[in-house]
Amino acid sequence: MANWQWFHRLGSPKWLHGTINRWLPWVLVSALVLLSIGVVWGLAFTPPDYKQGNSFRIIYIHVPTAVVALAGYYAMAIAGAVSIIWRMKVADMALRAIAPVGAAITLLGLFTGAVWGKPTWGAYWVWEDARLTSMLVLFFLYLGIMALHDAFQNRQGGSRAAAIIALVGTVNIPIIYKSVDWWSSLHQSASIKFTEESTIAAEMMYPLMVTIPGVYLLFAAAVMLQMRVQIAHSERHSRWLEKYAINRA
Amino acid sequence: MHPLRKQRLIVVCIIVIGASVAAMLIASALKQNLNLFYDPSSVAAGDAPIGRKIRIGGMVVKDSLERVPDSLTVLFKVTDYHAEVQIEYTGILPDMFAEQEGAIATGQLNGSGIFIAEQVLAKHDENYMPPEVAESLKAKKKINSATIERNSELTNEPILIPFTEGANEQSNYN
Repeated sequence: MANWQWFHRLGSPKWLHGTINRWLPWVLVSALVLLSIGVVWGLAFTPPDYKQGNSFRIIYIHVPTAVVALAGYYAMAIAGAVSIIWRMKVADMALRAIAPVGAAITLLGLFTGAVWGKPTWGAYWVWEDARLTSMLVLFFLYLGIMALHDAFQNRQGGSRAAAIIALVGTVNIPIIYKSVDWWSSLHQSASIKFTEESTIAAEMMYPLMVTIPGVYLLFAAAVMLQMRVQIAHSERHSRWLEKYAINRA
Repeated sequence: MHPLRKQRLIVVCIIVIGASVAAMLIASALKQNLNLFYDPSSVAAGDAPIGRKIRIGGMVVKDSLERVPDSLTVLFKVTDYHAEVQIEYTGILPDMFAEQEGAIATGQLNGSGIFIAEQVLAKHDENYMPPEVAESLKAKKKINSATIERNSELTNEPILIPFTEGANEQSNYN
């Protein structure tokens, strides 16, 4: 089964540790470069909105963080599925690595949304709004998964429970995405559309096309850092890690 | 695939599908309650409770905004292009609040059908464009809406556009 070799190699903590070390600087640097370009472009070289003026510019942080909060959840749920089906140690580590990063990025999305909501809507937060509430549920799902990991005596039990909750929680993602279309909501519907023309002017969208991959890469870098911690913890008795640590020192 | 793994894969699928179906059933059962606000039509139809705290949302009717002299009280109407609701609010309106824009008011409906709001929020749409583009669009729309108005006079039928379609297309509403 030569085709599955990459998958089995992915299951080796040692190989993964080396790969992360090799990739991390590149991912981190490209994330920072993209984010700097996108933020400066969005703040300084983009025209103001005809209604909102300059306050719309928070879109260049708000939308990427919200997008990555949803995508990150799927990544975590897939890790959960792999950990249940193949009992792969690395998949469980990925689940543990993604949860805190996802929670942080969701919080950032909620916070920037509140900051944006005050000047445009007139309120930081509106309870009962389907989009806002489902996003808050996503935040609690991330937190719950983090808590569940350590709520069991044995590590395996915690991993299993967290993976199941991660899978169950996936139903929330399409609900968040479609909430503004299904129910009447204060939140506006999506401006970037896949099937029809986007309702955001092109010159306002380009910086967004830079900051979205920028936040994706930042997320990846943060997960890689977390992953390295997870590997170090679970392989703390292994010979190769000891050698690595001695070499570093 | 190993039979045991296949079995676990099926379990994973059942969890995801089962949870999705459950969520769908809950969502459809709560459909009405998940809406943030009542629209003016359902208020006109008597679906909205009187004397209980609710939200009403719609487009602010053109030329309906009135300020009561020597107070912070404002009167305006919201519409979903089927019905209108009169709203009374005392306080400072958000910056984005404007006629022919979306607004959501929290408050109570009184016996005479006037909605006494304690909070008014501006709902903005998903259109983002530079001011110059908006200007040129507006100029174009004037020509368009003139033709539409002429046509509607011919057919003698009102043009109904749903509230959520965005504020810009609705300049022909009177």
